[in-house]
Amino acid sequence: MKKDLVIIGGGPAGMAAAVAAHEAGVRDILILERDNALGGILRQCIHNGFGLHRFGEELTGPEYAYRYEKMVGELGIPYMLDTMVIEVSPDRVITAMNRENGIFTIEAGAVILAMGCRERPKGALNIAGHRPAGIFTAGTAQKFVNMKGYMPGKSVVILGSGDIGLIMARRMTLEGASVKAVCELMPYSGGLARNIEQCLNDFNIPLRLSHTVVNIHGRERLEGVTIARVDENRRPIKESEEYIPCDTLLLSCGLIPENELTKGAGITLDRVTGGASVNGERETAIEGIFACGNVLHVHDLVDYVSEESAIAGNAAAKYLQGKSNKEISVSLKTDGRVRYTVPQRLTEIANTSVYFRVADVYRDARIVVRDGDKVIISKKKQRLAPAEMEKVELTAEMISALSGGELSFSIEM
Amino acid sequence: MAKERLLTCIVCPRGCQMKVTLSDDGKPTAVEGNFCKRGATYANDECTNPKRTVTSTVRCKSGDVVSVKTDRTVPKGKMLEVMVEINSVLADDNVKIGDIIIENVCDTGANVVATSNH
Repeated sequence: MKKDLVIIGGGPAGMAAAVAAHEAGVRDILILERDNALGGILRQCIHNGFGLHRFGEELTGPEYAYRYEKMVGELGIPYMLDTMVIEVSPDRVITAMNRENGIFTIEAGAVILAMGCRERPKGALNIAGHRPAGIFTAGTAQKFVNMKGYMPGKSVVILGSGDIGLIMARRMTLEGASVKAVCELMPYSGGLARNIEQCLNDFNIPLRLSHTVVNIHGRERLEGVTIARVDENRRPIKESEEYIPCDTLLLSCGLIPENELTKGAGITLDRVTGGASVNGERETAIEGIFACGNVLHVHDLVDYVSEESAIAGNAAAKYLQGKSNKEISVSLKTDGRVRYTVPQRLTEIANTSVYFRVADVYRDARIVVRDGDKVIISKKKQRLAPAEMEKVELTAEMISALSGGELSFSIEM
Repeated sequence: MAKERLLTCIVCPRGCQMKVTLSDDGKPTAVEGNFCKRGATYANDECTNPKRTVTSTVRCKSGDVVSVKTDRTVPKGKMLEVMVEINSVLADDNVKIGDIIIENVCDTGANVVATSNH
């Protein structure tokens, strides 16, 4: 089979990329989705708070996904469900399989990687103790409760204050469970301030900052956890240990872009984001292979996933139409306080939003962008936090006026 | 002396930290720290009659679940009561996004509506 554009993943990123590519004139598109429906992880995010930027109204996850599903349907963009991609080659040959067709290959003119991310599993956390039933990632628990109608437990401790953990603290409470505590290793939360307020404070669930789980008790089923405060080097303090009886431990300790296919194609990953390194058009190091959404870097808001995916969709269309224009080569550098930027490099003179995250909480700081010694952007911020993605806008004028091949991003007090 | 209350706005992901000045009888008189007008409205409501949207799932006759929400906010103190109501009904198996599943739930003026197709 041959296709102009193949999009791997039918979640919010894949659907937004498909819609944008179609609007830019590409007609021969195929979306490959491994689940039995389009929508990706939004289908299980039944809470509200999505879409304020994109649609100007507050939607739940399934409603946000449905908006895009409808656009995909109305534009007649084909998709295959229950289809797993097992390989992407550097020359854009995709190997996939499903029950109907067995293993098959598609030669694609362009590829958009939109596989999303997955949760950091308990194996990666090195917690001592047994491995009884009752330990889940927050997203797995979310799928059980919201899609299967099945409660994983009655008394719950949550490790990690990522947004999914906070959302699940409220969800489990509303369904009658008792959430004893949310422990966060860092001295600040990994989730949005609004979720601390409406998911924890509304229900008097304590957030224990600088705390972690040091032991897991129970052989068949979880019986309790020992938590402890950690010192400034994140080492548990023995004297502060405390036993909390519970039958369920949820883990919300970070998300990892799912890039096995990307690596298989020979695309090197950015060590900080865990995603491909891309230019402003979201093109990876291999021409004609683009990436967008959480597979590229983990976003806080789906609205920004849609925005980024539209960029990738448009760029794939331009590539297929032979209109790609690599006129410059500028790399974006960071100072450590800025942990990464996406994009990592610029190859086109165009208005470009640069997204980034910071390494720590900074107050009354400035985001400074320099071309050599010359400051081209200096933006004051009351508060910057690792949980909140930041963005600065580079204009085409700024980019065309650059004197060197480097732009540096820093946080200054 | 005027009292103050610190609030985190939940209207959008920005999460503004706001300071509300309250009169002696507890009425909000001034809001600071909000980026937009919706923040001030939220702060006023939060100090007088706090409200939330409830999102959950409803069991269908087939045994599957379908996601739902209240189509407007309900008093915060009534959230658990609304949950009891939501967990006591069965939805049709052909329920579609936007369908009303419970009208005027717990006399709040809000309907419980489906947020996905079953």
